[in-house]
Amino acid sequence: MGFRRYGNGIAKGMALTFKHLFRKPITTQYPEERLNVSRRTRGTQIIWNRDTCIACSACARACPIGCIDMSTSRGEDKKLKVDNITIDFGLCIFCGLCVEACPVGNAIFLSYNWEYAEYQRSKLVLSNDELLYSNTKQVSGYYHPDVEKTLPEQTLLVNRTNRGKPWD
Amino acid sequence: MTLKTEPFVINLGPVHPSTHGVFRLRATLDGEVVMDIEPIIGYLHRGIEKIAEGRNYKQDIPLTDRLDYVASMSNNLPYVMAVEKLAEIAVPERAEYIRIIMAEMQRIASHLLAVGSLANDLGTFFTPFQYMFREREKIVDLFEMVCGQRLLYNYMRFGGVSHDIPDEFIPALCKLVSTMPGFIDEYDQLLAENEILLARLKGVGILPKELAINSSVSGPMLRASGVEWDIRKVDSYSVYDRFNFDIPTEVIGDCYDRYRVRIQEMRQSVRILEQAIEQLPPGEVLAKVSPRLKPPVGEAYAHIEAPKGELGFYLVSDNSEKPYRLHIRAPSLINLTALREMVIGWKLADAIVIFGSIDICLGEVDR
Amino acid sequence: MQTSVTSFNPTFAFNTLPPDWPGNFWLHWLVFTIILIAFIIVSVIMFIWFERRLIGRFQIRLGPNRVGPFGLFQAIADVIKILTKEDIVPQKADKVVFWLAPLVALVPVLMVFAVVPLQSGAMLVDLNIGILYVVALSSIVSIGIFMAGWGSNNKYSIIGAMRDVAQLISYEIPLVLSIVGVVLLTGSLSLTEIVGAQNIPFILLQPIGFFVFFIGSLAEINRCPFDLVEAESEIIAGYNIEFSGSKFATFFLAEYSEAVLLSALTATLFLGGWSGPLLPPILWLLIKMFAVFAIIIWIRSTLPRFRIDQMMAFAWKFLLPLALINLLLTSLQIVFWPEASSWIIVLLSFAILVALILVWSKSFKPGGNKVGI
Ligand code: SF4
Ligand code: SF4
Repeated sequence: MGFRRYGNGIAKGMALTFKHLFRKPITTQYPEERLNVSRRTRGTQIIWNRDTCIACSACARACPIGCIDMSTSRGEDKKLKVDNITIDFGLCIFCGLCVEACPVGNAIFLSYNWEYAEYQRSKLVLSNDELLYSNTKQVSGYYHPDVEKTLPEQTLLVNRTNRGKPWD
Repeated sequence: MTLKTEPFVINLGPVHPSTHGVFRLRATLDGEVVMDIEPIIGYLHRGIEKIAEGRNYKQDIPLTDRLDYVASMSNNLPYVMAVEKLAEIAVPERAEYIRIIMAEMQRIASHLLAVGSLANDLGTFFTPFQYMFREREKIVDLFEMVCGQRLLYNYMRFGGVSHDIPDEFIPALCKLVSTMPGFIDEYDQLLAENEILLARLKGVGILPKELAINSSVSGPMLRASGVEWDIRKVDSYSVYDRFNFDIPTEVIGDCYDRYRVRIQEMRQSVRILEQAIEQLPPGEVLAKVSPRLKPPVGEAYAHIEAPKGELGFYLVSDNSEKPYRLHIRAPSLINLTALREMVIGWKLADAIVIFGSIDICLGEVDR
Repeated sequence: MQTSVTSFNPTFAFNTLPPDWPGNFWLHWLVFTIILIAFIIVSVIMFIWFERRLIGRFQIRLGPNRVGPFGLFQAIADVIKILTKEDIVPQKADKVVFWLAPLVALVPVLMVFAVVPLQSGAMLVDLNIGILYVVALSSIVSIGIFMAGWGSNNKYSIIGAMRDVAQLISYEIPLVLSIVGVVLLTGSLSLTEIVGAQNIPFILLQPIGFFVFFIGSLAEINRCPFDLVEAESEIIAGYNIEFSGSKFATFFLAEYSEAVLLSALTATLFLGGWSGPLLPPILWLLIKMFAVFAIIIWIRSTLPRFRIDQMMAFAWKFLLPLALINLLLTSLQIVFWPEASSWIIVLLSFAILVALILVWSKSFKPGGNKVGI
């Protein structure tokens, strides 16, 4: 141990930090400057489609947390229909297993939006029509390759450049 | 003349900037010298092993993410491997390669974090940490691309992985792999020869070879003590036998050696990634597995070389949908057991650094 | 050398001052004191902003940029935040000491500024023992820090305070010895005369002295790599761990005004103070101060911190001999070779500096090893 050298290691380190002084910042100024997230983003909401859902409850069974609360009944035409579906987004871990479990393929989606915040926990519990697609929610491409193709390409840090040159 | 001094006890943690989570070290100090320490764990205990018994096999995958939450991909892998062993599921070749790519990327990301926070414990004002987070960010970006999330990936499935990698993935990965050695050189330039860092790390917290083996330490810590033991080589799971790579080892087993081993392992991971990209075969990524998987009665143990050491999952099945028992061999917990021997006699500042050089993740220690 | 304090009369010799400036002595005193304190506070705010922005750039990020143009008002926003926070006094604290500590830390620093020449004659008092006064007062800060550590009755803070005292005792000596070199060259203890004597900045004539002084001053203001006093990864915040609200703000102010002070002193002693072509003198001083501080920030953004025993060893085994050698060489030169051309001396002293560092770092072993328990 000990100082085997005479400060040249320190000098090298100082040279490196000095070099970084002239590199472009890698941070982004968030609310103004937004990066595209992944096309497969598991965003912070789940979007449900009443028309295509066959009320099989596979999603509720697949959920590891048990945060999908679904009650179904047979209607007049002997078809199952969803009476009530409630998802507690305070519990949901956005694992995507419900989306994978759905046999229909386009009845339940994760959202592409990820900015979701409420002041009260009770407001995180959404049910029925609140879960439907609306123009504030966008569907993510997770497990839905057809949707994935329509979404913009993800911004990657590897592709960022430093003053016109790629990051060296 | 000897002054009469009185030892005093201080609590490092559970809320302390360098305990890397909620961990408590009850240290008895004589002035600055650590006379005794007593690690107190359990602040983050969530009972993962017990929760797992109440859920079915597939639902346990997200749980494993939450063990070592800075290296989720490598936690998924041994669990699905254990289930595959139990249920005798064959994995498509492409999926094996994707798994290895993910595991190696995860290793780089985890080591970057380990070295970065070690530098922070040493007192550099976040600069190496920030540089290393830049590269970690690039890797996390790629993980986000394949599985949609940045921290808890939930990507591996029984018989493969949940998604095939998208088309943009391989070019981006190539770019990452080609620039990565340059960045590792930069870290070396910043840290490896710094005299203050050498004075702080060299010879500090030596873990002798015998002690390392006897206390069942694994991963970079074991290799820094001079034992050439890497599960990727000794029990080449998945398709690791198809790659050329070395196992970096050091001799003394001090903090500096642990740091060196991590840096060199990153270089080796880059090598593996290069080969994996080249060899990546086309094909399926997910074998057909029933969603209500009921493995036959039996038990299985699968282990991998996770970034922090040997991570193993031991599963017992009673032919139901849920595992009868899941036990996790968490490398962080077992590596932590060697802490006391290493720390005693060193100064308080060294204790923090030695603790940082073990690189534990409290999610895994407490489970 | 005249060391009596006969000229202790404050001389308000602001150049710009009209001769018929109204008011008596005490009015002058009050006005200029307020101006000086305002100057210190403004430069502290600018230093904080500068440090945060620059360290951001070293870390490839931007630094604070939200409050005001370029984030200039960030420090002001922080001050407002800190001052409106609850002022917590621990129950078991030694109340009197706890209350006094921030003041004891701040006041000496402010007092030192009285003798720092901002431009020719622009100072509160032109003491002929200026540098002695600076050295004497600036070490009082440590008493404040120790009071804080003791008074807050916290194990972390007492460790921090003990470290600070150890650090101060070790580093004060090489620091003062390195100043003596400058004093020998000038032949006066007055800061104005030291500036006046620098036809060639003393950094060139006294490179060893500058080296020792700069490192010593880093330790003096508890800056990286000597920030053990508040090492956040070991003892969290050291002596000020229990302080909040306005007391914490006072400590923060004290710490940064010490940084301002040391940058100003470095500029004055070694970089030629306010003198410089074209620009107004005060601007030259500010430029030099910021340049010195930029280097301190650069060091902070790169280096890890010493361990306590290594820090002590560094002071006693490395800096002290260097300072003594410098003193010896300077006095030899003044006695035996006073007519030497300055450029030869510049070359020689740089050669000696490099040789000394090479020789010393070979044999120098910092710190002890494991302690047998
Ligand atoms: S994303 Fe996961 S946790 Fe959330 S509802 Fe679906 S299955 Fe449950
Ligand atoms: S799995 Fe799909 S189809 Fe079945 S209930 Fe859920 S959303 Fe509807």
